[in-house]
Amino acid sequence: MFLPVTYVQALQCRECGRRVDVAATHACGFCFGPLEVVYDYDAMRGVVTRERIAAGPPTLWRYADLLPVLDGPADARDAARVDLGAGFTPLVPAPRLGATIGLDDLWIKNDTLNPTGAFKDRVVSVALTAARRLGFDTAACASTGNLAQSVAAHAAASGMRAIVLVPSDLEQAKILATAVYGPTLVAVKGTYDDVNRLCGELADAYGWAFVNVNVRPFYAEGSKTIGFEIAEQLGWRLPDQVVAPMASGAMLVKIEKAFRELINLELVDDRTCRVSGAQASGCSPITAAYKGGGGAILPVRPDTIAKSLAIGDPADGYYALEAVDRSGGVMEDVSDPEIIDGIKLLARTEGIFGETAAGVTIAVLHKLAAQGRIGRGDRTVAVISGTGLKTTDAVAPTVGPTFEITASLDEFQAALSLQEPA
Amino acid sequence: MTATVRIPTPLRSATGGAATVAVDGTTVGEVVRSLDAAHPGVAERILDDNGRVRRFVNVFVDDEDIRFAGGLETAVPDGATVSIIPAVAGG
Repeated sequence: MFLPVTYVQALQCRECGRRVDVAATHACGFCFGPLEVVYDYDAMRGVVTRERIAAGPPTLWRYADLLPVLDGPADARDAARVDLGAGFTPLVPAPRLGATIGLDDLWIKNDTLNPTGAFKDRVVSVALTAARRLGFDTAACASTGNLAQSVAAHAAASGMRAIVLVPSDLEQAKILATAVYGPTLVAVKGTYDDVNRLCGELADAYGWAFVNVNVRPFYAEGSKTIGFEIAEQLGWRLPDQVVAPMASGAMLVKIEKAFRELINLELVDDRTCRVSGAQASGCSPITAAYKGGGGAILPVRPDTIAKSLAIGDPADGYYALEAVDRSGGVMEDVSDPEIIDGIKLLARTEGIFGETAAGVTIAVLHKLAAQGRIGRGDRTVAVISGTGLKTTDAVAPTVGPTFEITASLDEFQAALSLQEPA
Repeated sequence: MTATVRIPTPLRSATGGAATVAVDGTTVGEVVRSLDAAHPGVAERILDDNGRVRRFVNVFVDDEDIRFAGGLETAVPDGATVSIIPAVAGG
């Protein structure tokens, strides 16, 4: 029987280092820096093993020891778990895409295959599990779309009330795919950053668990499981390179953290995996700071089809810069036409239809390979974070039926320039 | 020139629990100084050792993020609302 143990000790400010007890709070009471979960790694050493993880469920919860499972009787911890089966998604070789862009050992982490089609199911499962342990009965979020759907779904399945705020210009598919779960869905006239600001004010006021506000320290940890899975699925080895999309930057930060945790616990050999970040040029505050070299992240007003990455004021941007620097990775951004080409390239070489964020990742991967910043022989993993079925608007102008005909053999043969069958 | 400053929950320990404070000032910098005069200790929470707004503090004059305007030099019109909001992220 796989029973998670809690190794959580406290929350600690990433800026000033002050510690506070575990609670639904995300900002340091002194300097407003983000709070992060502190674990007792010494207690994990020798206990959290490859075998123990492999004996766990085929979901992200196989890594429960390394997640912010909150204290309490083990049966109560299990009862609180909010789990639609997120995580442990396929890591598949991508030889045809690799051949096209000049990479001999390319892999796709296919997170389109999560319960609501995006990696957000990982963070929501962890966040709402913690929220229930903390006594919340209402789940809420600010979202660019994928998170909205995931919160609505996980709340529905666990009997929580859901209050979800999104920018009103979101893709129709994401609005409908959220509304169907029956949340209170509030479309806000403004950008994601406007929505986020409103949620920052609401989070304190009503006693709701805003997954990416007051419950954010727990929520963010869920993204580590992408890194854990990549390592485990490669036979407990780190790849040479990972390319991940950046909105707030939190996912990239947590993937790099996951690799360091695995090294720390001696679950993988100590080798460097370069972690690189991808943004859309129309919303690239983090890559701009990387390229500018000054280190200051200036917020931008997003203008890109990659709406799931359209965060103009990325609070994890500084940590993403640090993670990329520490690991020896790079950052790059790509235009909207390149994003659409990236979506199609992935679909047409590997049969995986990713959303606009996937197009960003593939286009940046292509660019880095062409520039020689990723070596041909490097074992490289591209993180494909969400399904294209939610952003069909992006490709609609450039894909469609090849021919339209009546149900006539003659017309079919003429359209495809076919001869009479022999 | 009086502005209303909206105080986030974590900062209310320094304002005696007050959620809003009315202070004088024609720029954001002056408003912060006035706020610190009325409630000593507030400024070090908002500004770093170099006197710049901490990187996880967002300040808005009415609905304008001061990083899009003039930073601490951003004008504060009479009757404006200055909001101090911890930076949050998600997506």
